Amino acid sequence: MIPVEYYLVLSAFMFTTGVIGVLIRRNAIVLFMSIELMLNSANLTFVTFASFLGDSAGQVFIFFVMTVAAAEAAVGLAIMIALFRNKQTLNADEVNVLKW
Amino acid sequence: MTLEIILFILFALIGAASGVLMITRKNPVMSALFLILNFAALAGIYLLLNAQFIAVVQIIVYAGAIMVLFLFVIMLLRPDAEISILRTNPLLKYVAIGVGVLVFAQLIYLIFFFKPLNITPSDVAERIQIGTVENIGTEIYTKYIIPVQVAGFLLLSATIGALVLAKKKFE
Repeated sequence: MIPVEYYLVLSAFMFTTGVIGVLIRRNAIVLFMSIELMLNSANLTFVTFASFLGDSAGQVFIFFVMTVAAAEAAVGLAIMIALFRNKQTLNADEVNVLKW
Repeated sequence: MTLEIILFILFALIGAASGVLMITRKNPVMSALFLILNFAALAGIYLLLNAQFIAVVQIIVYAGAIMVLFLFVIMLLRPDAEISILRTNPLLKYVAIGVGVLVFAQLIYLIFFFKPLNITPSDVAERIQIGTVENIGTEIYTKYIIPVQVAGFLLLSATIGALVLAKKKFE
């Protein structure tokens, strides 16, 4: 029987990896992938508690997290395509039209 | 050491290492492939937690559908090589490490020192029961039917939004 903390520490580590990835990478697609990593670490926490508390609500919730992740990936990658068509770059630092 | 512990350590190491490799590879294609490896390792961990349905959906939806979309866009756009921000702005490295350590420390504090919930582990038979396709399907189509409808609308609007955004010209 693996204690619940092991799973939670793994999830925390993956979430931190995602946070650092968002901070140090500049390629917009890799930023998206780091966000997916964070979503997945949250999913791991959901499954862990669903399993340890004997409640299926956590597992059902993952279903919705996956739906949102799919919608986010579709819209986000469409934005990337529109961005690349207009600016020929995916560098998140060069996309600053909305900044002032 | 039981087989469960060995499998957990194996999957956890693969998951953690592929996550770190994902954010450090320069080539976005390599990043995407390591992310797929990470999702596969997570599916293994879901199986250890007796969540069979979620493990299979993780492989099919995440590693299959979503990551293929990512790879497709990366190869379609072929962006020029990324200039590492660590070389142009070395100070940011310390900021990133500092923020990372802070977030990790907060989470570890929550996990080990903050226990409002008294978790009494459910027995294995019950665990296997809640992860089956039958149980998840029953829950989704009875108790959570409204959220499922909303999720359907969300996917529809995301599809329309993606079509509009990726269209060649706005009329």
